[in-house]
Amino acid sequence: MTPTLNLTINGVPQQIALDDPRATLLDLLRERIGLTGTKKGCDRGQCGACTVLIDGRRMNACLALALSYDGAEITTVEGLATGETLHPVQAAFIAHDGFQCGYCTPGQIMSAVGLIAEGEAGLDPERIREGMSGNLCRCAAYAGITEAVLEATREMTSATGERESA
Amino acid sequence: MDDLMNLQGQGHVRLGSSAGQALTRRDGRLKVTGAATYAADNRPDGLLHAVLATAGIAKGRVTQLDVAAAAAHPGVVKVYTPENAPRLAISPDEKIHPFVWRMETLTDDRVRYAGQPIALVLAETLEAATEGARLLAPRYEAEPHRVTLDDAEPFETDTTVFGRPATHVSGDVEAARSGAAHHVEATVETSQQYHNSIEPHAITARWDGARLEIDTPNQAIGLSKQTFAAFLGIDPSQILLRSPFIGGGFGSKAILYGGQLLAVLAARELGRPVKLVLRRDQMYGPVGHRAPTRQALQIDLDAEGNIAALEHDTVTLTSSFDQFLESASNASHSLYAAPNLRTTHHGRRADVGTPGPMRAPGEAPGSAALEIAMDAAARSAGLDPLEFRLKNYAESDPSTGQPFSSKGLRECYAEAARLFGWAGRPAEPRSLREGRLLKGWGMGTAQFPCPMFQAAAHATLRADGTAVIETSAADMGQGAWTALAQIAADGLGIDLDKVEFRSGHSDLPDAGVAGGSGHTATAGTALFNAGADAVRQLAELATTDPASPLFGAGNAGVTARAGRLWRNDDERSESYEDILARAGLDLVRGEGKGAREGEPERAMFSHGAVFAEVLVDPDLGQVRVSRLIGAFAAGRIVNPRLARSQLLGGMIWGIGMALQEEAVHDARTGRLTNADLAGYHVPVNADVPMIEALTVHEDDPYVNALGIKGVGEIGVTGTVGAIGNAVWHATGVQPARFPIHPESLI
Repeated sequence: MTPTLNLTINGVPQQIALDDPRATLLDLLRERIGLTGTKKGCDRGQCGACTVLIDGRRMNACLALALSYDGAEITTVEGLATGETLHPVQAAFIAHDGFQCGYCTPGQIMSAVGLIAEGEAGLDPERIREGMSGNLCRCAAYAGITEAVLEATREMTSATGERESA
Repeated sequence: MDDLMNLQGQGHVRLGSSAGQALTRRDGRLKVTGAATYAADNRPDGLLHAVLATAGIAKGRVTQLDVAAAAAHPGVVKVYTPENAPRLAISPDEKIHPFVWRMETLTDDRVRYAGQPIALVLAETLEAATEGARLLAPRYEAEPHRVTLDDAEPFETDTTVFGRPATHVSGDVEAARSGAAHHVEATVETSQQYHNSIEPHAITARWDGARLEIDTPNQAIGLSKQTFAAFLGIDPSQILLRSPFIGGGFGSKAILYGGQLLAVLAARELGRPVKLVLRRDQMYGPVGHRAPTRQALQIDLDAEGNIAALEHDTVTLTSSFDQFLESASNASHSLYAAPNLRTTHHGRRADVGTPGPMRAPGEAPGSAALEIAMDAAARSAGLDPLEFRLKNYAESDPSTGQPFSSKGLRECYAEAARLFGWAGRPAEPRSLREGRLLKGWGMGTAQFPCPMFQAAAHATLRADGTAVIETSAADMGQGAWTALAQIAADGLGIDLDKVEFRSGHSDLPDAGVAGGSGHTATAGTALFNAGADAVRQLAELATTDPASPLFGAGNAGVTARAGRLWRNDDERSESYEDILARAGLDLVRGEGKGAREGEPERAMFSHGAVFAEVLVDPDLGQVRVSRLIGAFAAGRIVNPRLARSQLLGGMIWGIGMALQEEAVHDARTGRLTNADLAGYHVPVNADVPMIEALTVHEDDPYVNALGIKGVGEIGVTGTVGAIGNAVWHATGVQPARFPIHPESLI
């Protein structure tokens, strides 16, 4: 029997006939759906390269059994930009050179989006560093990552403020 | 002809319209949107997933594999073991060039190291292949193994690796020692380390008749195509190797390993595309590592604190079947003014995978030990560490007597010390505190050589004023897509926006290896020369055409700038488009090479100075780096934004090497106990403190025509020693090994 899974991925509801119940959400995204922006670095929740948002929370997709997320809303790096307009976190990563090889970058960016939404780090670099420490960057672009998260936080906070005051 | 030569002669002057600008990455948008395609992202139709089974013992034989159970698992298509694995065209031990190790391709039942491939399972899904590999449940006949420096088999050798002499002697060390005022000895051990690029080694292979398409991250695209061809017994022209993005290499993706060939062989035999991605734990064996070292240094000083003799010995490990020895002692060749110098290396053979080049191979562990010994020597002379290094500043390379092509190290010392606030540092250890924590300041000197390899490139100017540049460069994050295009745009005298860069696959001119911090210099020179060649052809068209305003520009010549050729003797100019249109040409195509001609007559190095502040918990021995500042002299900086990232990345690798990174063997099994990213610690964001890297201006007319050195590896050197010396300053304990263990400080 082929189980069926309902997922909303980057805003698009999808019904997925899952050929193998063992599949992780990561391997579902990458190998079945073809959303290869989400990366596999360790496949055991140690590097953060596969970070996606599940119902708004940042999670390691390699540790998420796909079948157990029936009905969930998934956001991947492919779902951040609006047309040609990059998400503020994406733009800030380019501006601050928050990556080199780019392989951990989708996970870093999704983690940063999640961190900013959590609102726990604010503009404190030390808390940002701590909050981003589940995402390894072997090129060690950490200084740029921290600067990018700071800038994106500022930009998103002021954008929200403008909307509220309008 | 005179004006053409004049034009070429101005190439150096022209560099700078794009080069030198801190542009953001041209591949940035692809990387932040997830659209950049890495090897494992490919999913050709009919794909089979391959999973390796790897050895769980360090030495012996595989006596049993449950092939029937694996083959019976739903979805499994094929199980390869030594009994049925397809064979290479030549011996797996064939050394077709110096950058090839044994190709482990299931040729026998021997186990030579833990983690060695022993079978390959192919299936319709990754899950089925993974389960199939697990079901093999190997049994072994284990033999006594040797995996560490303590128990490995000693051997003597004339060379370390790639033909480098294992021994260097200049002057008379014994004579100098007998007359010295101070004698200092230091021993330092460094750990076994793993590259741990976040992208696992991966390959997707697809045959189309006799034509082979390979997607695999690779630092030496042209050379690897030749290597694949030789081991497969096919013509290199039948292979297309694509490596547009490398998810971190650090040396481990420069040399092919057997798994890549196994995937290609399986794809040929099964008639379907095959994808093989290593599991994280499988990256701790077959794909190289930095071997551990045990280094002994002796420094003799005269009464004024001048170095009279320097001796540096290294003992290090290689595998039982190939030779790669960390040339750590060579770090002492060219850094300090040692009139009498002896460096030696001794090998040991162990049941481990063959080590390989890992970011600053040799230089990183060698520098770490040398800088610890230098601080010990400074203390014996009663001198401040910086003052001692300035006193022993090498005005020429002490190992060869050659002058340096350029050396901005004094400026690096001054800039980094000023920014750090080094002046007034108390000499005594344990004299600074921050709350209950001990605070220490230390420094180290950074140095890395400036090799050039061989590269070729094409540059084509088109009738619409745009250009195509072509070379098979490898971008593993250093920024080749951006920095090389900047150089090429200047070579062509056009805006970067008008340059289309074709790179990252093997149907292009060979750009050589992305390694040794020499890729930008080598491939950049080829691209610049290709552009200059295209411009030279344009100039020839224009200056010999009576209808051109450039006709008869004469000996004064013309200059290429902003898509136009300009007379040097008046204000007239003509656009590339007009020159080509009048000549009735669609394009002109230039060719260029990048290489160093002949034997260098000068010593060529990048230099730097790194200052570190650490905080040490006096009760727990825990060390945290709180400030890290480096200044580097690395010739012309092509893109300051990307160069800073490279330098910072190297310095953070220094934090890892000094305080964290260490593979630990289980003595009973010979396996690693920490072959994953939870057990093998690399720096995370929270480990990185206030950190800065700056560059000082350095013109180098000798290193190459563009004056480019390298920035990719030098950041690791100097930093490890600086942190170790800061730990001494905080605690009074001189590090005897890296990483520094907390228990050694309490």
